Amino acid sequence: MDLVPVLARWLHFLAGILWVGLLYYFNFVQIPALKAATADGTAAGITKHVAPRALLYFRWAAVVTWLAGAALLGASFGAAFTLAKGYAGIGIGAWLGTIMLANVWGIIWPNQQKILGMSPATDEAKNKARRVALLASRANMMLSIPMLFFMAGGLTHKAAFGL
Amino acid sequence: MKNPLDSIWGTIISGLILTAILYAAVRNLLT
Repeated sequence: MDLVPVLARWLHFLAGILWVGLLYYFNFVQIPALKAATADGTAAGITKHVAPRALLYFRWAAVVTWLAGAALLGASFGAAFTLAKGYAGIGIGAWLGTIMLANVWGIIWPNQQKILGMSPATDEAKNKARRVALLASRANMMLSIPMLFFMAGGLTHKAAFGL
Repeated sequence: MKNPLDSIWGTIISGLILTAILYAAVRNLLT
């Protein structure tokens, strides 16, 4: 059973890199690129061929990251999420990751489906969806900064957390 | 006031500020 945390940590890192890597790709690359591509009439290449693929890996990597993280916490799952003594650091990281997952599936993905024409929406609804999806994506990028700080050191870095 | 999340740098700075706030909360309230 000692293998479970080893494999869970490995999978948590692999999926987490894919998830947050794609989040940073959206914010650093795709959103500015789409703005420039819209201006010169070449946005269809991104919205038709790139964005749906990126979103597919993005949203499922989020699920795998969370499940592997839960498996890694194991018996400490409750202690982390209730911010019990000694677990406050990793608990804050776990809560931030959970909020980010909810943001992906509850806000970003439904709005992206409207933007990309995967679900029916008027032009007005699409414009609103663009704004909501942008802010939700930026909120996740903002939350990823403390999330990674607490995830990286929350359980083990006694110098930083005095646990 | 402009929404800081409208720009990449506003987002990063907001994330750093949130990190400092949460760190202070963990150090002073939860440990």
